[in-house]
Amino acid sequence: MALTIEQPGLLTTVQDQGRIGYYHVGIPQGGAMDQESAQAANKLVGNTAAEAVLECTYTGPVLTVDAPTTIAVTGADVPVLVNGEEHPAWRRLELAAGDTLKFGVLRGGARFYLAVRGGIAVPEVLGSRSTYAIGRLGGLDGRKLEAGDVVPVGEPTGLLPEVEEIPERLRPAFSRSLELRIMWGLYDHLLTDEGRRRLVEEEWKLTPVADRMGLRFEGPGVEWIQRRQPFGAGSDPSNIVDAGYAVGSIQVPGGTQPIVLHRDAVSGGGYAMVGTVISADMDLLARAAPGTVTRFRAVSMDEALQARRERTERLEEIWAL
Amino acid sequence: MTETLYLPTARYTWGGDEFLFVEFDEAMNLTANYLATTVAQGLTALDLDGVVDVCPANASLLVRFDPDVIKAEDLKRRTQELEGQARESTQYTAETRIIEVPVWYQDPYTAEVVARFREGYHQDPSGTDLDYAAKVNGLADAAEFIRRHHESPWLVSMVGFVAGLPFMYQLVPRDRQLEVPKYLSPRTDTPPLTVGHGGCFACIYSVRGAGGYQMFGIAAAPIYDPEQHLHDFRDFLILFRPGDLVKFRPVDEAEYRSIQQQVEEGTWRYKQAPVTLDVEAALADPDSYNRTLLEALDGADD
Repeated sequence: MALTIEQPGLLTTVQDQGRIGYYHVGIPQGGAMDQESAQAANKLVGNTAAEAVLECTYTGPVLTVDAPTTIAVTGADVPVLVNGEEHPAWRRLELAAGDTLKFGVLRGGARFYLAVRGGIAVPEVLGSRSTYAIGRLGGLDGRKLEAGDVVPVGEPTGLLPEVEEIPERLRPAFSRSLELRIMWGLYDHLLTDEGRRRLVEEEWKLTPVADRMGLRFEGPGVEWIQRRQPFGAGSDPSNIVDAGYAVGSIQVPGGTQPIVLHRDAVSGGGYAMVGTVISADMDLLARAAPGTVTRFRAVSMDEALQARRERTERLEEIWAL
Repeated sequence: MTETLYLPTARYTWGGDEFLFVEFDEAMNLTANYLATTVAQGLTALDLDGVVDVCPANASLLVRFDPDVIKAEDLKRRTQELEGQARESTQYTAETRIIEVPVWYQDPYTAEVVARFREGYHQDPSGTDLDYAAKVNGLADAAEFIRRHHESPWLVSMVGFVAGLPFMYQLVPRDRQLEVPKYLSPRTDTPPLTVGHGGCFACIYSVRGAGGYQMFGIAAAPIYDPEQHLHDFRDFLILFRPGDLVKFRPVDEAEYRSIQQQVEEGTWRYKQAPVTLDVEAALADPDSYNRTLLEALDGADD
């Protein structure tokens, strides 16, 4: 069984829960940007959390199926069209052989997920099916989908769950405003007090320069302390000796536009990171559309771990449905 | 300021709830890099449950952990113990290898991209990156810069940015370090295997893509082989590891084409030899130490 891609959409890639453990050689974790939505889609079609799905960005693909196929669409709010007729998202759908699936215009959010019963069955590379396009690794031939691609689907591994849809209370909101919790740290001491204040007290707006590697915000800018730059660090006050980049870390090249690194982040570089979005809020950031008004709120490690537990409990609740 | 073996205790900080960050020095130097690499190797060897990725960098270390499995403070304590052990060692040596990397300097591929990104991108739009690099280092011309670039070996001080890209620090005293600013604004294109330079670091771009380093030439053979065709990539798709030493060897177009042919046929192998990285010797008498390294490479089979 396979999906035939008629039109690929803007950026449609095969993603699972990621390729953890190769960041030390520059290979990012990858995986679904909004992991919670991807897992919910897998739940509905009887897959495990680890199965690969298609991540669609802003505009979705047009595809046909060659056999009866069980699917679910989750994530950003998008009309799901089967042979032109709209069907609900966050709900299991049955397609017949020859059916065409396409998507309308996004009503909110940025990325949505298509899970297929049996999972997207491209080969695993370094333990994951996620696409790392820059490294031509994983996914379908190491790249985003193109028209004419035939995407293989695996054999079902489990029974379909009784539940046919994810209840409202377990679905994320797709709002035009966002609060992201961050932890200070890394090189925050290179900011002035005023620079730190602006980051967590002013509003920032997500720009269209937002992809799987990082998301760029515009706002009042930050201020750096004046210092003699250390040897090897580069001349701008936002420069450091090239170091590893935490996933979720916030860098402000030149001091104007903060960039939050996401799951396809470059693993290191020479810009000071001044804080890090906590792990529980990385999915929230993945859902944000350009223009989203964002506030960064500083929390402690204990608060970050509490938020992480709450996210885990929410995921467990989805899987217990 | 000269480099010494002594550094004050490292700075420990958190990158959110999943990353521990350890800065051995704000500035680049051999000791900080040695400590980063050594503590990283120690942590990898401990194989602690919940430690999922150990990423040594030029003068710092990033550790990814799963806070559901290992407590942040426990990881910090174990890392501090390793830092203490690394500092107590009077040896500051590591067994490693030196690899010869053939480079076609002033090649047409990077030259074409250099020419495309001038106005608004580069400090000196009228010349080439090599001319500029020579000028800011007070050297006579591009040829002298190229000679300085390949005559002394480099230490792979970090692997990353993108898959398998090595950052390299030349084993020469600070007053002989080649320093060149990055582009004013990053290019959207860099040919794969471009030999680049930013700050005091050389790099080889493993894949095509964006980049801000100055461009001097092109390496003749792959350093990243996702299909693992070549012998040097049988075990892993990435050539370089932190702690490797690199000797650039200038090649002309004919030899570049010949190496490309060998890569095509699957017969290419890097010339390399086992050596000992000795930080103290490299700091005390770099010229003599570098001669030892190059003699080891000369003795290796082609």
